[in-house]
Formats: sequence, C-alpha cells, structure tokens
Amino acid sequence: MKKLKLPVILIALMIMYACGGGGSEQKSEQQSEQQTQKKDVPESIKQGKGIGEVKEVELTVELDEQMIKRGREIYEMKCSSCHKLTDQRVVGPGFAGVTNRRKPEWIMNMITNVDVMLVEDPEAQKLLEECLTRMPNQNVKMEDARAILEFFRNNDMDKTGKKDQAI
Amino acid sequence: MNMKNRMQFGFWMLFLIAFTISCDQKDSTKVVEGNAAEQAYVAPGEYDEYYAFLSGGYSGQITAYGLPSGRLLKEIPVFSQYPENGYGYSEETKPMFNTSYGFVPWDDSHHIELSQTKGEFDGRWLFVNGNNTPRIARIDLSTFETVEILEIPDVAGLHCAPFITENSEYLVSGTRFSIPIPQKDVPIDTYKENFKGLINYVSVDPEHGHMELAFQIEMPGFNYDLARNGKAVSHGWSFLTTYNSEQAHSLLEVNASQKDKDLMAIINWKKAEEYMKQGKFTERQTSYFHNLVDESTGIVESKERTLTKILDPKELPGMVYFIPVPKSPHGCDVDPTGEYIVGNGKLSADMSVYSFSKLMKAIEDENFDGDIDGIPVINYEAGLHGIVKKPGLGPLHTEFDGRGNAYTTFFISSEVVKWDVETKEILDRQPTFYSPGHLMIPGGETRKPDGKYLLAMNKITKDRYLPTGPELAHSAQLFDISGDKMKLILDFPTKGEPHYAQGIKADKVQPNAVKFYDIEANEHPYATLGEGKTKVERDGNEVHVYMTAMRSHLAPDNIEGFQVGDKVYFHVTNLEQDWDVPHGFAIQGATNAELLVMPGQTRTLVWEPKKVGVYAFYCTDFCSALHQEMSGYARVSAKGSDVPLKWGLNEELRNNQQAAHKFYDEAKASADASK
Repeated sequence: MKKLKLPVILIALMIMYACGGGGSEQKSEQQSEQQTQKKDVPESIKQGKGIGEVKEVELTVELDEQMIKRGREIYEMKCSSCHKLTDQRVVGPGFAGVTNRRKPEWIMNMITNVDVMLVEDPEAQKLLEECLTRMPNQNVKMEDARAILEFFRNNDMDKTGKKDQAI
Repeated sequence: MNMKNRMQFGFWMLFLIAFTISCDQKDSTKVVEGNAAEQAYVAPGEYDEYYAFLSGGYSGQITAYGLPSGRLLKEIPVFSQYPENGYGYSEETKPMFNTSYGFVPWDDSHHIELSQTKGEFDGRWLFVNGNNTPRIARIDLSTFETVEILEIPDVAGLHCAPFITENSEYLVSGTRFSIPIPQKDVPIDTYKENFKGLINYVSVDPEHGHMELAFQIEMPGFNYDLARNGKAVSHGWSFLTTYNSEQAHSLLEVNASQKDKDLMAIINWKKAEEYMKQGKFTERQTSYFHNLVDESTGIVESKERTLTKILDPKELPGMVYFIPVPKSPHGCDVDPTGEYIVGNGKLSADMSVYSFSKLMKAIEDENFDGDIDGIPVINYEAGLHGIVKKPGLGPLHTEFDGRGNAYTTFFISSEVVKWDVETKEILDRQPTFYSPGHLMIPGGETRKPDGKYLLAMNKITKDRYLPTGPELAHSAQLFDISGDKMKLILDFPTKGEPHYAQGIKADKVQPNAVKFYDIEANEHPYATLGEGKTKVERDGNEVHVYMTAMRSHLAPDNIEGFQVGDKVYFHVTNLEQDWDVPHGFAIQGATNAELLVMPGQTRTLVWEPKKVGVYAFYCTDFCSALHQEMSGYARVSAKGSDVPLKWGLNEELRNNQQAAHKFYDEAKASADASK
C-alpha cells in the first residue's frame, strides 16, 4: 500500500499544477519540487521490458521457420547497415547473444518504439552514449518485429549455443 | 491625328498618369494599421491555416507558402532542372523533359489549378502550364513532386491553361499564338489564310490523375488568352477570352488593340463530348510526348504520341459561340454560383459582366450578330448582366469571396477593387505595391471560396525591399478581407515571377502527406534492398554501382577499377524508413548535379571520369552527428588498366556477392582491432 501513495500524491500535485491559476512564483516552486523528486519510472522499464506497445511476448521453445525467414529479410533490408550478426559493434551493437542480454519485450519495443525508448529507457540511453548514433525509426511493423526476434533467437543458437537467457 | 493614333495617344496618356500615381504611393507604411502583424503571425511550432501554391513564371517551378505567415515551405521543381535535388539530372527524372523538340529543361509556368470534386478543391493534385514548349504538368500533393507532364501538340505559347472543370473532368487550354497547322514554311504575312488556333481538352483520370489529350477544337487564328469553366448552373461550358481578333502578326501592342471589342469564346464541352462519341472528329498525325512517373519504380516513362482528334466548329453546330468583350480582355472569371462571367478588358475603362442564363437564352433565341468562320457571335447586350463603370485602370483578374463580392486587380492604377457582383457597385479599393497581376483568394475560383484572405501578386517591386541590384524579387501582399474594408497585413518576396496562385485549407492536404517511401514497395530495377546486396558490375564501359545509404555511411565506400572513359551509374538507395532523412550523393568531377534520395527511394547519377586519380564522394544532406564521415573514394585508372573492379566497406575489397554475405556474418575487420 505504501508504494502506491507517492504516485497518487504526484498525480494529485500535477492536476493541481495543471488546473491551478496560481501566480508564477507558486508555479516555479512546484516545478522545482517536482524536479527534485524522482520521476516515476514505468513498471515495464523496471522489469527490463522497455516501454512501448509490447507488454508480454510468448515464446515457444521450437523456433518458427517462417518467422526466421521473414525476420532475416527485414534484417537484411532495414537493419544490416548498422548491426552485424556477430558480437562485433559497427554503428550499433552486434546481435550475437542479444536474446541472452535483453528480454523479448525490450527487443521488440526498441525496434518499434525507438524514439521513446531513447528518451525513457536507461538501457537504451546507455547504448546511445556508447554508439553515439541515434538508432533510426525504420518503421518496422509489429509482426515483422516479432519475426526479427525469432531470427535473433535462431542467430543466438548459431553463435552462442543458447537463447532466451534474459527471460 | 487620325482615329487610330488618337486612341493610342489616349491609352499612353492613361498609362503615364497611372504610372505617376503609382510612383506617388511609395510611403505605404501608413496603410498598415493596428494589429496587422498579429494577424499574419504564426507562432513558432504552429502551422499555417492555408497552403498557397504560387506559379514561378520564368523559373518554371511552383512555390508552396504558408498563409497567413507568408513562410516559404518548398520550391517544387516542375519544368526546370533543379540541381538542388537532381530533378531533371538523375536518370529517373530526365525523361520528364522529353518533348517533340527533344530535351527541354526549362519552361515558363503561369497558372496553377488544384483538382476539384463537386466544385471544391479536393487536395489531390495540382496542375500547371508550361508556356513556351506547350505542356501541362501534374504535381501529386501527397509527395509535392511532379509526377506527369503532357505536351500539347500544334499550339504555341500555352498561356491559356490549364483551367479545370468542377469535377476535374478536363483541363482546358488554348493557344496564345496562332500558327500554321500543321506547321509549314509560309510567309508570316499569310497569317489570315494560314494561321489557326486550337483549344484543347485534356481528360484527367478520376482515380490516378493521369492526363490524356481527349480532343482539340480548331478555331480562327486569334490569340486565346485565359479561360474558366462553368460551375453549378454553367457546368459543362468553358469561357475563353481572346485578343488579336484583328489577326495582326507584327507590333501587336498597337495592331492587336484596334478594335473596340475582342471576343470571348463560349464552348459547350458536353456537346463536344457527344460529337466525339458520334465519331465526328478528324484524326491528324502529329507528335507530342507524355511523361509519367511509374509509382513502383519512381522512374519517369516517356512515350511519344502521334495522333490527335480534331473537332471543327464549322461542321458541328451548337458547340462553340463567340460574344464581344471590350478591348483586349485578359482574365475571364466565373463567380461561385456559375451565373456570372467577368470579362476583364485590360484596355477598357469599364468591365463587362455576362449572365449565363442570358447567354443561354440568346443562344436559344438565336440572337446572333452574324458569325466568324461559321461560329455564331451572340449579340453583346443580349448576354450582358451589366457593366461595372470605371472601376480602375487596366483590369486583369477577378476572384470571389463567396459572399457575393468580386475582387479585381487593376494593373495600371495599381490597386485591388472590391465590388458587388449582383449590383456592380464598387465597395472598396486598396492600393498594392506595385501593379498587381493575378490575385488569389483560397478557393476563390470554386463554388465555395474561403473569403478570409486575398493575396495580390505584384509585377513591380521597386522600393519595397532592401535593394539587391537590378533584379528584385517580386512582391506579394496579403489582405484580410473578412471585414467590409480590405486590410493589408503582410508583404513578402516571392521566387521567380508568380502569375496565378491557388490556396487551399491545410487540413485538405496535410493528412495525406507521405513521410517516406516504403522500401519494401521499391521496384526500381537498380534498387539495393539491403546493404548485403551492394555490388558493382561492369558491362563494357558502363559500370553500375548498387549503393546504399544509411546513417552514416554509403556502401560500398571504397571502389577501385573505374577507368577513364567509363560511364558510371551510381544507383543510390536510401534504406532509411523515417521522415525527414534524405541522403545526398555528390562526386567530384560530375558535370551534372547531385542527388537527393528520399527514404526508401532509389536515384541514379551518371559520372564520367575524365582523369586518372582517386575521387571523393559524400552525402550532401546533413543527416546525423556523423554526417561529415559519410563519404568514400572512387579510384580511376587509365583506360585498359589491369586494376580489377573491387569494392567494399570496412573490409578487404572484394569483387563478388559471396564476399558480401561473408562480410555480414563473419567480418573481422578493423572494428575488431579496436576492441
């Protein structure tokens, strides 16, 4: 119960702030108060799932050949300029072992919601600091992002002998 | 002084007086009053309410502005090559300039027409004429790119174009200069016997917008100047002004201004359609080009056409009429109800307003004053709604506000005059700086004008802006016309020489904006759909480079094995799939231009290296923090050299596809070393 209180107070404060017709001094006080308080981190980010439409991904142990094929196509067309399938970083990180480092939801959110991820997700921000090039939005459809994930799982089996270690 | 000379003298005196008046109006600051700046102000980050599309005149292009701010949004290349993005230089776009005269990389664009559905702008396409090499272009308003150009055969100076009908059925145009048809070697002074004029109907495919020359009507050898089509009650009819009914062929400024009245041509195009269906046309061999972008490849396909269908009004009654219009009419404008047609006689002190219902009655009653070449001339008074008495000097063009008012530009007296269409009473007049040609009210030629703003496009700039040498930008002036009196709120410079313009509510265009081309739908034969597919191929002295661009590298970026005398095709595919990330491509020694490649698109630049050496190429469009690194080298060897063709990116140079896949999965190049 205690956990819930802080967000509730914050939301109430925000509503007061947004609707209140208070003077500018009062506003700036509230602003600084908000700035000093820690921003509420979405639960999905805390869980390492990133932020975006993808909340829960169900994986099967058996890999789906159709999805791997489609995933490879999209990878070659839209991703391969910057990411290799080894662990070698070129523009962006190499993909070998990615499913052992990142949750499937995080991977799919990074692909489909990169602009928000780079602003809100601390892991994505760390990568931007390392690579210095903002990952572009390649407008990958959700089902194609899922296919890319399957392709990554297959690649991880090839390169590292294991997959899905981050779940 | 004979009659002719006296008239000329009178005209020049009028002109001189008017010119003196306009020169006295230098101090215009006093006309801008109150909150004018606030009305034209669009705050940073906010959008304008309207798009305004201005023709470029001798620039051959179109510019898109936001109104009311007057901010330039884009110059759209149409009839002129545009090195800024490679339009007309890239292999894909060069065929856009094919004509029966060969490659013509320039034109003079005058009149903008937005596509219409039920007499209102629908925001799909924009049409514009090329005056000098008679052509009509179509711009797609989802991409703001020129996608089609159709040449019009056997006409000269396609000024009177491309006027649209209320459901975009046709674009109507007329020849400005009559000429021998078919062209032949005759003395110029045989004008009256040998010269003819054509009025052209180009159909527009309702789904795709594709243009096709449907038919041409053979008319007497006059100069057809401007036109409008009927709307609502007058839908199915076209109205075209003519000058030079004197049929002069030299010193037209005097010899084509002799008659008290010239003529307006009135065409029943539904009747013309019937005659076409009945096969009552003659076919003529000719030559004209049709250039169209293939949407799946982005490549312009150019085809020569050789047949045109001609309708002859002498043989086909009920299709074409004339009615007199006071001296040398210019604009010919139809009010939103479709009932009134304004003839702007530019050398006349008065303006004639015609009534469509009276014209129809006169035709029914055969109230004609003879005929010209078998075309009945309707009795002037019988078709007249009334005369606007002495509204100003040199009336040129009229638009409407949808509240029963008309607004006319007066070139000589340098002003815009507001008048009541029904009563012909003059309600207001405001000076412009200086000498307006066309004016534009968003939707001002449609059934539903949006009578909030009026844009006057001036021909003379003089002292309006800081001087820039002998050549000055033309000025446009924006008036708020929502009240009883017009109020000048903004003045801004324009590109080229805008003639006509049209304005449309932004919300009819903005939602359709294409943000990037879908890379998966790219069917360009030289597209490289993924960096792993990059390659270089030689075929004799032609070399094709399949190159990709992605923030922030070009692949391949090291290429060896070019030879002096090669013709190298750089086919650059932009693999980005995000908005506002074009990549550029430029290479030293290219004698054409650069390329700007939109996301998902493939564009090709030809490079013909002339000297041995290593030449740099790079991306010209600042794309990322590492844009400056987005570059590469091309090695050129002597002709017949044994340096093999090889290429690569961050790897040992290779010469086949296997290597490319190897690169993908196992490359252990310099990045490894840096670990």
